[in-house]
Amino acid sequence: MSKLKTAPNIDKPDDIYEQLIRVHEGLSEADSRRLNAKLILLLINHIGDREVALEAIAVAGRGLAADG
Amino acid sequence: MSAGAGIPVWRQIEAAPAPRAKREKLETLIVGGGPVGLTAALDLARKGRRVVLINKLDFITAGSKAICFSKRTLDVWTRLGVGDPMVEKGVVWNLGKVFRGDDSDPVYQFDLAPIKHQRRPAFINMQQYHVEEILLDALREMPNVDLRFGHECVGLKQNGECVEAIVRAEGGEYVVETDWLIACDGNKSPVREMMGLDFEGRVFEDNFLIADVKFNKERPVERWFWFDPPFNRGQSALLHKQPDDVWRLDFQLGWNIDREACVRTENVAPYVRGMLGEDVEFTPVWYSVYTFQCRRMARFVHGRVIFAGDSAHLVSPFGARGCNGGVADVDNLVWKLDLVLDGRAPASLLESYNYEAVVTADENILNSTRSTDFLTPKSETSRAFRDAVLELARDFPFARPFVNSGRLSVAVNYPDSPLNAPDEADAEWSGIAPGAPALDAPIRDGWLLDRLGDGFVVLTRGWRGAVEGARVVDVDELGDVEGLIEARYDLQPGGAYLLRPDQYVAGRWRKPNVDAVAAALARAKGRKP
Repeated sequence: MSKLKTAPNIDKPDDIYEQLIRVHEGLSEADSRRLNAKLILLLINHIGDREVALEAIAVAGRGLAADG
Repeated sequence: MSAGAGIPVWRQIEAAPAPRAKREKLETLIVGGGPVGLTAALDLARKGRRVVLINKLDFITAGSKAICFSKRTLDVWTRLGVGDPMVEKGVVWNLGKVFRGDDSDPVYQFDLAPIKHQRRPAFINMQQYHVEEILLDALREMPNVDLRFGHECVGLKQNGECVEAIVRAEGGEYVVETDWLIACDGNKSPVREMMGLDFEGRVFEDNFLIADVKFNKERPVERWFWFDPPFNRGQSALLHKQPDDVWRLDFQLGWNIDREACVRTENVAPYVRGMLGEDVEFTPVWYSVYTFQCRRMARFVHGRVIFAGDSAHLVSPFGARGCNGGVADVDNLVWKLDLVLDGRAPASLLESYNYEAVVTADENILNSTRSTDFLTPKSETSRAFRDAVLELARDFPFARPFVNSGRLSVAVNYPDSPLNAPDEADAEWSGIAPGAPALDAPIRDGWLLDRLGDGFVVLTRGWRGAVEGARVVDVDELGDVEGLIEARYDLQPGGAYLLRPDQYVAGRWRKPNVDAVAAALARAKGRKP
């Protein structure tokens, strides 16, 4: 059974989305990548549930295939 | 001998002459006199078996080889009577520190011995040649051991009955007909090559400079690891102490390098001074470059030829899982082979060696691969995650366990081994599960592991059932002075553990009975339950 919440679960999505975009403004590709990585690690630790984290990783990777 | 051209010599061993008979019959031939082959020889010899060990070179090699020996390996060597000289010669350490960039404070540090009150420390460091000398000294005391340095296995074939090995020595070739051949002949294993067997896995596109140098300067006895230090920008580095004022320095170099230029004295010196300080006075001991590999054979048992150590599996070195993994192999193998040779167990018991040693190799390869992916990120995104972890680790404790500068070797568990007896249906246990190694603890006058020896043991508190082939050790008689046996084993009055000769748990019972323990003993000897 899925533990990952996939129904809407956060207030004011436009605000959060805007902050996600804004925090990257003016950053180099490398810094942006590192920022995203830090964000993911912070959130995964906050969630604190391996099953949820692994499911989210799988869902995020769905449909994306490695090149050759 | 010409076979050793270019290999640095630590100590010459007198080459053994070829035996007079051109054909001899043995029960066990060990090929390879490194730490793994020598440990196998000592274990077999202590069980009273006649052991012949051949080694291609007629000397102990110097150079940079294994240096970190784990608590589990020390427990094995203690069982074999050589724990004390190892620990006396070695440098004891428990603490690792990880640094990043120019920061002189570590971002992370770890204590490798979280379970205190055990006889042996988490790790000792020492040069591999010291280990080999200590093992050789012990072997020379034993009349049933025949060490033949300067003897090379140059051909072999087997049928279902025996292995026929052709051995070349000074004075000619001879043929050994042996029931079993243990191939401990290293990562380039000529035995494996001659048998045309696979050795699959990954080579990582990175090189490391190993500089063993001698200097006399007080430094803490700790493992220091750097990411992106000023003396090796964008790369990593490692510092480790060895005995005799020798230190092991590792510097990550990257993939496209001129290996010969990298080990030239004048090119190594700036790295050494960068790490240790401009004013350090040091002398080179040995410089070399190595490339990571993680690979193993599909199977370690091929008929009557059994592979152990680097011949069977290779890992990247950050984690000390190479030599320690090899000692684990022969610790697992020898008691089984001994029972099979005596006819006290079916030859199929050796299939459990294949199973358990492969589990061990896979765990070591998994950990080494993960460490290598952290040290040598293979993509921009992988590097971003690595750097994110290091940045976060300075400020937030949650990120520190993600820092991977090598996960250091600990004993591997075999929770699904066919040799394990299941727990009683209604029993709840903390303690040590079947397929895990016994833990040490202080007793009234010494240490628990010393009393377990190297046969089957029923470890109990007051249970009086007798099972043939297992010696009873009663905790209450030993004196559980700190209460740590009860705590570590969750062993209550009347309960019992069955321990294998390699001091792994085969089964445990809250309410033991003779039939159940005897069945578990039979199962641990490879007889179908």
